[in-house]
Amino acid sequence: MPQSFRLENIGLINRNKKLSFKFNGKTYFGYEGDTLASALIANGVHLIGRSFKYHRPRGFFGAGVDEPYAIVQLYRNGETEPNIKATEQELFEGLEAKSVNCWPSVNFDVGAINNFLKIFLPAGFYYKTFMWPKSFWYKIYEPFIRKAAGLGVASIEHDKERYEHKYEYCDLLIAGSGPSGLASAYAAAKNGARVILAEDKSRFGGTLLTSEVNIGNKSGKEWADGIISELKEMPNVTVKNRSQVFGYYDHNMLVMSERISDHLPETKKFHPKQRLWYIRAKEVLISSGSIERPIVFGNNDTPGVMLSSAAKEYLKVYGVLVGKNPLIFTNNDSGYETAIEFKKNGIESVILDTRKNPQSEIVEEAKNLGIKIKFSYVVVAAQGYKKVKSADIAKISDDKEQLGVIENIKCDCICVSGFWTPTIHLASQSGNKTKFNEDIDAFVPGVSKQNEKTLGAANGVYTLDETLKSSLEIGHKLSKKITKSDNKISFPNVVEKKSTVHDKFWCVPLPKGKSYKRFLDFQNDVAVSDVEIALKEGYRSIEHVKRYTTLGMATDQGKTSNLNGLQLVSKIENKVVPNVGHTTFRPPYTPVSIGAIVGREVGKHSKPTRKSPMHLWHEKNNAIFVDAGVWLRPRYYKQGNENLFEASKREAKNVRTNVGVCDVTTLGKIDIKGPDAAELLNRVYTNAWLKLPVGKARYGVMLREDGIVMDDGTTTRISENHYHMTTTTAQAANVLSHLEYYLQLVWPELNVNVVSTTEQWAGAAIAGPKSRDLLQKLFPNNDVSKEGLPFMGFMEGDLFGVKARIFRISFSGELAYEVNVESDNGNFMWEKIMELGQEFKIQPYGTEALSTLRIEMGHVAGSELDGRTIPYDNSLEGLLSKKKDFIGKRSLTRAAFTAIDRQKVVGVVPLDKKTSIPEGSHLVKDSNAPLPNPKLGYISASCWSVEYDNPFSLAILKDGKNMIGEKLFVMSPLKNKVIPVEIVSSHYVDPKGERVRS
Amino acid sequence: MLHIKCPHCGMRSQNEFSYGGDASVKRPELGKEISDEEWNNFVYNRKSLRGKHWELWQHLSGCRQWIKVERDTATHEIFKTLKANEEIS
Ligand SMILES: [Zn+2]
Repeated sequence: MPQSFRLENIGLINRNKKLSFKFNGKTYFGYEGDTLASALIANGVHLIGRSFKYHRPRGFFGAGVDEPYAIVQLYRNGETEPNIKATEQELFEGLEAKSVNCWPSVNFDVGAINNFLKIFLPAGFYYKTFMWPKSFWYKIYEPFIRKAAGLGVASIEHDKERYEHKYEYCDLLIAGSGPSGLASAYAAAKNGARVILAEDKSRFGGTLLTSEVNIGNKSGKEWADGIISELKEMPNVTVKNRSQVFGYYDHNMLVMSERISDHLPETKKFHPKQRLWYIRAKEVLISSGSIERPIVFGNNDTPGVMLSSAAKEYLKVYGVLVGKNPLIFTNNDSGYETAIEFKKNGIESVILDTRKNPQSEIVEEAKNLGIKIKFSYVVVAAQGYKKVKSADIAKISDDKEQLGVIENIKCDCICVSGFWTPTIHLASQSGNKTKFNEDIDAFVPGVSKQNEKTLGAANGVYTLDETLKSSLEIGHKLSKKITKSDNKISFPNVVEKKSTVHDKFWCVPLPKGKSYKRFLDFQNDVAVSDVEIALKEGYRSIEHVKRYTTLGMATDQGKTSNLNGLQLVSKIENKVVPNVGHTTFRPPYTPVSIGAIVGREVGKHSKPTRKSPMHLWHEKNNAIFVDAGVWLRPRYYKQGNENLFEASKREAKNVRTNVGVCDVTTLGKIDIKGPDAAELLNRVYTNAWLKLPVGKARYGVMLREDGIVMDDGTTTRISENHYHMTTTTAQAANVLSHLEYYLQLVWPELNVNVVSTTEQWAGAAIAGPKSRDLLQKLFPNNDVSKEGLPFMGFMEGDLFGVKARIFRISFSGELAYEVNVESDNGNFMWEKIMELGQEFKIQPYGTEALSTLRIEMGHVAGSELDGRTIPYDNSLEGLLSKKKDFIGKRSLTRAAFTAIDRQKVVGVVPLDKKTSIPEGSHLVKDSNAPLPNPKLGYISASCWSVEYDNPFSLAILKDGKNMIGEKLFVMSPLKNKVIPVEIVSSHYVDPKGERVRS
Repeated sequence: MLHIKCPHCGMRSQNEFSYGGDASVKRPELGKEISDEEWNNFVYNRKSLRGKHWELWQHLSGCRQWIKVERDTATHEIFKTLKANEEIS
């Protein structure tokens, strides 16, 4: 198929490389250097989608980031991505794209019926219509809206691409490589500053690529190319194309998304698809340019109506004609530049200028070229459904209120220019309070908030000469401040045509008897009439008008619609635009893919995975693992066809009858040293610590200042001024910070140091009646007898040449020990335990058996110490010293904490001794009481007691102390269970604690 | 993301720190008789200031030191940082 809208001798594309691509299933050709948009227009394709609300036909409106219409679903290398702007997507061989918002096809769209409905979905339609009846929402309204709306379909496949994050520092970050960006970057770089220059597009140069100017003896583009190639060679400069600085955050941190592979058929090996840069810049120069704004007229959303600057860009950059019979509609000189460019390429256009008699070099040139110009003329309405076929035009009175006789003029596109709107998003995001510039009828940045300066067109400066001069000046000044060098460069003289003032005209009045839709927001289908309704209904704040009408809320963030919306509100409200104010600009400036935001932190990389030194052994021995914080711990060791329940029962039973071994490496460990170590422990723990002898361990509970239990664990006195503290796996990091807080800020006079040693030690708990026999075999050179190593004793041992720490502590209620060796020896220790344990029928046990053992002993753990309970609730009140003060003690006198019916931990057994009790269930007095049934307590932990062979649970129960022997009901509405239970002591097994001391 | 000057390590990114609340709060001395009101003020009652505020941060993924930071809660501007043992001026 010939590219009938492609010119031969103009453009920056590579005509030696032809590329084939598919759009809506049909194959086309384009060239390397095309965007999907330019390639489609070259092939005469102007219908690209349907609008969001009314499903009206959509073509192209812009040529870049401001595009509101041309959003496609992209297919690349077996993956699909929605919300891709055809104007930004570079063409590659084999590209496939489809229209969105149309069903069943872009040419015949069922949703377009919305367009003909009488109600015509006015502002607030969704709020008003879909509110009732309530039951209709899920079944009827939502599926309908979902099918009809949307900007494409998200992939449900796992994204195979890689996205990376990069952190960078620089002296100057310059966003945008147009004339102001290049001039300031060059000046700063030559002065020794570390510069990052970011360009959103693939080509550097911004407007220099399309404007007819000279700098010295070079064209604008030649000059830009020269500067860029020089900058690229400089070691202090990073130049990035395809990189959008989309967010300006606190303390001069900006985020930029770099598209590394999106323009290629597939991502190169070892390359990411996109990279997100977090850039901390000393100074930021915003050279983001300006975006042409439309003039509002009837049916101004018809395909073929587009920005005049876009028409020029398609012509000069891509060699593509947006039409062969163009009508130019302008209120300023920019439209003339487009007409002149058409003329130079043999295309005759007609200019409608809203101004009466403008005088400037550009207007003069157009006249001299013989271009037909109609002054004081406007487009009243575009005609044509899927493409512009003609335009209704009319003369307009000097006060811009009265239209003359309507004439119809044939044309195949309407290129509109309503003057230029500075791109102030980044400046506004930095906190800059923008101000209204009357001359250009738009907002520009005000006083700098962070270290940001806005240059050139983004600051409302529209002449090249002034832009280059001021940008050079600022680049030099800021770099001098940082580098202290004073190497100043200069640029050759600029030759540019002078333009004259624009006409502050933005909306064509409706002719009598006509009700054309005049669109403000092209992506969200917000028309002038919608804003009028919103104001009539009482919405005043521009933020409210925005939300009610969805004006400016689409993915283009109102880049082309904001100002015209404000003009309308100000006109109706009879306020000046600055008093209406604009809505807040928020990052991102353009849509950023979720993959780039997430980066490498996906799946297993989303958090670190910690494994104990014995992990491989567990793996080899059929361990089924469970996440415990960031650790992986064996939950149980599967034998044969066992399930979790059977395996954990077997493992727990073996501990109670023989001996078991459990990997407890994950326990938090803190090394505490210093002459005041005992004093610190005495203040941090609730019980007494000053008299703990060397070689003994003690169980301790620590509170927060509000009296809530923070953590528990044992601490051992290794030597005179040296203690080894253990914490729960979950609280390890918090306890360390807690100790550091008190040592550094509250009691700096204490001479103590604390450091985490969690990963320095591998730990094994050896538990069961035969554990001492095994221990003696493991440590033949040590006396681990009942007398040699009594309950809560500690000694250093010799494990066949490996130094070990042996603690006689128990979490299972059985005679038990914990052996620690340096991590590197962990596996040796474990294998030795398993080898020598054979004769005692040792079995490893996982966290599930560990839980069973502690629950039936009534040992509280994380599920009871849940940040809501005090020592009394956990039956730990015996550990509260009366003689000394400690962290949180004062809070325990609060009335609620001393109430006589205060909650307390109890045991729960089902009356039938069979039904398992779900954790989290509620305890109630009467299962048939009317709802809400008063809740007396909740089940904190459940197990199958291996000692009694029936279910057993722990619960936190109101007035638990006096409830032993009561019959209550466990209710779990989630599991639809009501279980009659008896309340028993939480110490279900060995209540006197004889076994641990045996 | 804030940029915080740790008095021990220099300028570091916010994600190396954790927030620790109002730095002007003084813990009552241990063992001292104290009214419920005083204790409640210490444990619970905090001003939610708009504007300059001295607060605690811990340089968790750095030197692990607790530091004092004077920050504007509305603009995030940071005026001054101090070591734990330096008094707020
Ligand atoms: Zn530090």
